[in-house]
Amino acid sequence: MSYNLAAFFYLIASVCFILALRGLSHPESSRGGLRFGIAGMVIAVITTLFIMPQVNFVLILLGIIVGGAIGTVIAIRIQMTALPQLVAAFHSLVGLAAVLVAAAAFYNPAAYGIGVPGDIKTASLIEMAIGAAIGAITFTGSIVAFAKLQGLVSGKPVVFAMQHWLNLALGILAVILIIWMVAGQSATAFWLLVLLTLVLGVLIIIPIGGADMPVVISMLNSYSGWAAAGIGFTLGNNLLIITGALVGSAGAILSYIMCKGMNRSFISVILGGFGGESAAAGAGDGEQRSYRQGAADDAAFLMRNAEKVIIVPGYGMAVAQAQHALREMADLLKGEGVEVKYAIHPVAGRMPGHMNVLLAEANVPYDEVFEMDEINREFAETDVAFVIGANDVTNPSAKSDPASPIYGMPVLDVEKAQNVLFVKRSMASGYAGVDNPLFYMDQTMMLLADAKKMCEDIVKALEA
Amino acid sequence: MSEDLMQQAIDLANRARDLSDDAAALARETARISSDSGLVEAVGPSPLITGLTVFILAIFVGYYVVWRVTPALHSPLMGVTNAISSVIIVGALIAAGTGDFGFSEIMGFIAVTLASVNIFGGFLVTHRMLSMFKKKQK
Repeated sequence: MSYNLAAFFYLIASVCFILALRGLSHPESSRGGLRFGIAGMVIAVITTLFIMPQVNFVLILLGIIVGGAIGTVIAIRIQMTALPQLVAAFHSLVGLAAVLVAAAAFYNPAAYGIGVPGDIKTASLIEMAIGAAIGAITFTGSIVAFAKLQGLVSGKPVVFAMQHWLNLALGILAVILIIWMVAGQSATAFWLLVLLTLVLGVLIIIPIGGADMPVVISMLNSYSGWAAAGIGFTLGNNLLIITGALVGSAGAILSYIMCKGMNRSFISVILGGFGGESAAAGAGDGEQRSYRQGAADDAAFLMRNAEKVIIVPGYGMAVAQAQHALREMADLLKGEGVEVKYAIHPVAGRMPGHMNVLLAEANVPYDEVFEMDEINREFAETDVAFVIGANDVTNPSAKSDPASPIYGMPVLDVEKAQNVLFVKRSMASGYAGVDNPLFYMDQTMMLLADAKKMCEDIVKALEA
Repeated sequence: MSEDLMQQAIDLANRARDLSDDAAALARETARISSDSGLVEAVGPSPLITGLTVFILAIFVGYYVVWRVTPALHSPLMGVTNAISSVIIVGALIAAGTGDFGFSEIMGFIAVTLASVNIFGGFLVTHRMLSMFKKKQK
């Protein structure tokens, strides 16, 4: 196959990838879009095999079969609540693959037509170095994110003195190493650069706390794209450049949306430390305030007699795996003629769109699930707001108290509902370490229990 | 007599080595000349500029396409982007399948395996997510 023909097929694959993303504008078109994505990948792989001068099929097939089998098993077995960890783990693989391809290109540049060992084109070397560096940061950064999400390490931000200066110094050192590597064609410099950026990846992610995880995941998604693009430049492959740019901008947009959902600047998220001890200082004035506690029967009674119920799910629902019991409860209410809707805050959960997937898993139709902007004004005409596993995203002090650490964050207007049912394990504050005045309002009833258990109890009460 | 022969053989071997060194140097020179954007490519823009053009335009395409993605499908979006970023397998295939077996091939093989985990896993888990999104049954 000629290189021009190959480039043409790569173009087709690129268009397929764009269509795959385009399909996600609506659930109905998304499945068709996914088929385009798979087709694009098949075209890309087959085209590559055709342009290679000689092909070691055994090695390649072995890699694809082993990797494919592992990927398939993981994808089938994974629980939907564990999606954020899975995505983080997958990002790390892209990062590592980028590093390895860069290394392969460094040691065998002739295979890619970018020179011979010891005499690689300068532009290619720079691109290779950048691709490897971003790849390495993505790799270890994603591993840290995975460990935090999986609970292997504490989700709390790790902060220490001079942290950001250290990162800056390492960043500058990385640039120096790149110059050394390019000027001296030095393998030592290449490996030092990889090592340094591996460390940097860890250091960049550890100060970022649990509540900021949606931003971290999106950010790493973006990095994995830029790493792929960097390798694309090295190899002079437009398909890789285009795909890298698509993925990079997708991740960047998601990061932006998540930051906006928390009213935080991207820089402040990167600098991290949010949700740690320092933020907790803003919580309450220490005095014990009274709240009303209720039981499943009370909740069932309230909701059965309501005309309209809006359910506000949060990460706590995912942790308790309560989505199925919740949907059962909603079904019973609908059976009694109650209108039930779901309200999703942009940063609910640990990754963008996390709640939507969990509700979809529990067979909640997607046209009953609404984004914050779509549904926020409806709370005023709602009889019962049922908050389950969410906290900070319902905190009215974000609107009223300029001293609150979360002041300015867009929140769901839950307090405007006639009654608020708040399912929560205990009276502890949320991830941001901020007290929620909603707990102490007259219309609020606290349902202190495990989210799943509470939903099941309400179901029993409704059936009785 | 035999020492003479031995000496001749050594000389010959040395000359052969010198020659092969020369050949290697020449090959390197040719590769450099042909790969440098020398005479042939002097007319068009350098590969870097072409790549940059494609890159910037693709960022714009990505920007407009991704803003149209409905927030409900942001998780599947991550799944898809994760799967397609594994198109880096293209670079890995070239490294793995040169026919030799050395350091680069091992790097390439591992990269092919990792990217495959991602491609299969990413597309499949996205498929699982998307197949759960259902409309209200009327």
